[in-house]
Amino acid sequence: MNPLRALYDNLKQRGLTPEQQRVIEFELRLAEQNGDGFAAHAPIEAPRGPGLAGWNDLALMDDGSPSSLIPLSALNTLDALLERDKQREEDGFPRKIRVGRMMKPGRDGSDKVVVVPSTVEEKLIHDQVKAQEDGEGEGEDEGGTGEGEEGEIIGEQPVRQEQGPGDSGAGQGEGGAHELESNAYDLGRILTEQFKLPNLKDKGKKRSLTRYTYDLTDKNRGFGQILDKKATLRRILQTNIGLGRISGQERVDPLDLMIAPRDRVYRILSREKDYESQAVVFFVRDYSGSMSGKPTELIVSQHVLIYSWLAYQYQNQVMTRFILHDTEAREVVSFHTYANLRVAGGTQVASAYRLVNKLVERENLQQDYNIYVFHGTDGDDWDTKGEETLPELRKMLRYAARVGITIAENGYGVSGKSEVERYVRKSGLLDERNDLLRLDVMSKDSNEGRVIEGIKHLIS
Amino acid sequence: MELISQHAKKIMEGCKERARDAGLSFQDESLEYIVTNRDLLQLSPKMMIPTLYDYWVQDVEVLKEQGRYELYPNNPYETVINTRPPISYYNDNNPDWLNVMIFYHVIGHIDFFQNNIFFRHTREYDFTGRALSDKRLFAKLRSEKGRWVDYIIEFSRAVDNLVGYFDVLAGLEKTASSGVEAMIDYYFDVFLQKNKKAITRYVREIELYNKMVHDDPVEAERRFLDSVKSRHPEFESLYDKSRKEKKPREGIDVLRFLMEYSPFLNREDNRWMLTVLEVIRSTSLYFQPQIRTKIMNEGWASYWHEKLFLGDDRIGGHEVEYALVNAKVTSMPRVGLNPYALGMRLFDYLEEKAEKGKISFDYNRIEDKYRRRHYDRKTGRGKEFIFSIRENSADSMFINSFIDQEFVDRHRLFVAGKRLNKERMTWQYYVKSRRAEDYRQMVSDSLYHPPLVKVSVDADGTLILNHVFEGKPLVREYIDATLMGLEFLWGGKVCLYTSEPVPVKTEAEQEGAARTERPKQEISWKRFRYTMSGRKLVREPIEVHGQRE
Repeated sequence: MNPLRALYDNLKQRGLTPEQQRVIEFELRLAEQNGDGFAAHAPIEAPRGPGLAGWNDLALMDDGSPSSLIPLSALNTLDALLERDKQREEDGFPRKIRVGRMMKPGRDGSDKVVVVPSTVEEKLIHDQVKAQEDGEGEGEDEGGTGEGEEGEIIGEQPVRQEQGPGDSGAGQGEGGAHELESNAYDLGRILTEQFKLPNLKDKGKKRSLTRYTYDLTDKNRGFGQILDKKATLRRILQTNIGLGRISGQERVDPLDLMIAPRDRVYRILSREKDYESQAVVFFVRDYSGSMSGKPTELIVSQHVLIYSWLAYQYQNQVMTRFILHDTEAREVVSFHTYANLRVAGGTQVASAYRLVNKLVERENLQQDYNIYVFHGTDGDDWDTKGEETLPELRKMLRYAARVGITIAENGYGVSGKSEVERYVRKSGLLDERNDLLRLDVMSKDSNEGRVIEGIKHLIS
Repeated sequence: MELISQHAKKIMEGCKERARDAGLSFQDESLEYIVTNRDLLQLSPKMMIPTLYDYWVQDVEVLKEQGRYELYPNNPYETVINTRPPISYYNDNNPDWLNVMIFYHVIGHIDFFQNNIFFRHTREYDFTGRALSDKRLFAKLRSEKGRWVDYIIEFSRAVDNLVGYFDVLAGLEKTASSGVEAMIDYYFDVFLQKNKKAITRYVREIELYNKMVHDDPVEAERRFLDSVKSRHPEFESLYDKSRKEKKPREGIDVLRFLMEYSPFLNREDNRWMLTVLEVIRSTSLYFQPQIRTKIMNEGWASYWHEKLFLGDDRIGGHEVEYALVNAKVTSMPRVGLNPYALGMRLFDYLEEKAEKGKISFDYNRIEDKYRRRHYDRKTGRGKEFIFSIRENSADSMFINSFIDQEFVDRHRLFVAGKRLNKERMTWQYYVKSRRAEDYRQMVSDSLYHPPLVKVSVDADGTLILNHVFEGKPLVREYIDATLMGLEFLWGGKVCLYTSEPVPVKTEAEQEGAARTERPKQEISWKRFRYTMSGRKLVREPIEVHGQRE
């Protein structure tokens, strides 16, 4: 028997409400639907041609159409633009510039991700009639020419590769990892004013988390910037004792003392490492079937923001680990995979927490590191009462400096009533360990501003 | 940006001569610039108008451009802009033969700009010049009013797609709206037809008027009016009344309406905002015909670059290279809609049809396929016909009047459908239809078509926008910001009436069922009212179906 089914039966025996059964069965069916559950129920955007305006003279004829030139001239206005946006808020208009928007991948396979500020000029324009939100899968009609009977299939195009870029994921072609890093870095620069890791504790083994500072800490004999009078005097006394000019009983007459050139001790400017405690950040994401669409988009974009900010603020000195879970949890190596992978399975939050605990224990991370866990989910959990999850969470809170749980509601259930939210609230951990555990619930149609608010809440 | 070399300019002038001989008509002067990639980056957010006003969104666009760049290396750029003189842009390392081809293409565009009636309102002035003065105006306003200028620009741009473009074109034809002529219009069009039903009387009056004009062309109208006034003492007061009633006028676009009737904008200290609105409106009007004639414009330019290039004696020996580039521009893609290729083929097709006299009642009556194929009256009027089309049509007319089954069959066109194959996780392209109606419909659907929004004020001073239903909803996410801007410009509550699809629940919509198993959802249209008041948007269904006047 299918292991998921077996798990479900097991759970059913322990008692489930009809509501919970409904959600679980829904996910089960998605999981059994031939692999890509994402496609099964999320609206997939059909590939589209360039449209009428996409064809233009310069591109077609002058084939020296603009190459991969980067307009450096515009970059310095970024800050000014953000400043302007802040001013908008003060004037009572909503912000208009969005940062950290992920662009969609191209169709030729050379998918890239960029994080750029963007804006949209809202106008009253016609929309397509979305007859069914769930995407039965009919794209917009296009023109065509050539052979073929009516109804004949003339070609096909894969919806996505195995780790295909979706509308929310950070699609990235091969060798593109660097680009995500550098763009994330820019984004981090924007965010960095707003955030700071909470509860950083001294953990023995230290490494520089920030930049070098320059200070007058080093001493040098003979020359330097500032005379260290106390140290110099001590030197002089040593010299004079050595020469026998001072003896124990007599009064010392400072005017009599001999001063050798090397007795002068100066402080000189030197580069100092600013030591701070180390941190490891676990990103944990639910990639089960019910997450598809908007919740995934929100969680991924939130994690992109956090990741970008860490990359900038802590100069990539923060260790990051990525964990995905459905009913099983797995660790993935790169942020790219983390942001893009999706499957359709059930949901067991406990599996992920267990894995985090296991990793921390096995690698003895809590001794040297401050540990942060950011978990994004839609709140569904087959373990409806948190019987398995809560013990793992408690264990985690013993070592973690902060656990931030984000629930992006998928809109299937009742708002504010998802399993995870319910059992976490019920456990009283939120009050008990208020300094360590944060929970943020956002609705399916939150915008980027809300996501950033969420981050502030998680790390405040 | 620098001008092209003297050598290239000489080639261009040669091209102009040959184009004129072929029947194209355009002004003598033109400006050609070499542009670098960097120039293009700055030009494209300004729609290739170097002097367009500055606006912060263009900076974001530029920043986004960098992003788009990494994704889509080719962006839409115009080669030639409709100014006086027309300006066109080139790469600096094109070989001569390629320049010749591009020059002909550009000349095709210029001819189109300067002869097509949909560009008529852009002929009186040089847009770059006007744009430059607008740009300076904004700069000056910014120094006085600061960021508020940008807010006004933003809010005006939010409705700049709703400009009454066709009203402006129609207005160019209209007679004066006041004075003697207007009174005569009123007499014939309203007064006579309202009060007296007898048609003979109407004809008699026309005859009287014509006779007077014939006898005394200068004074006729005034004398005619005098006679009307003496015969109908009530005429003048009725006329005055009708003029007053017309306010606020029907059928003016949102921006004009705001400029004329917004109490907020017409306050003394806000009057400067009117100039901003006017700039946004006229700029938008300038761009309107461009997008509405894309297929024709590119088709016409491609038609001519092909004709003229192959006949040019200066470029012998480069036919193969030319063919490569030309194929890229004008071949019909297997799937996709290339406006160059479609437009050019349609012009070719129409020329041939007119040449053979097939655009005629006689031809259309023939049903015999063989006779249709061999029908040839040798009229010699093919060129004349396509020239008249280039003068009098826009894309929608071009497509809807001239794509017929014969054309679709000849070029083996079809409507390509896309559907998702879930087993294979692919998008499958298939031949959906080879019928001309479907093809026309598909092309029509891809044309630019802004919503029609009627504007009025209700009794308590609320600005009412009525979106006339055409089978499509508005993009909902955008309504909030747009109405917020309008509320600001109007200085009070704003209501938008629009129709939205509402899914009809079916039994199969069983709770918990995986969604693929659902049948296609039915929708029904419902009218909604969006009310923007105090920067808060409220959406509510309204029961009464039908439009609010």
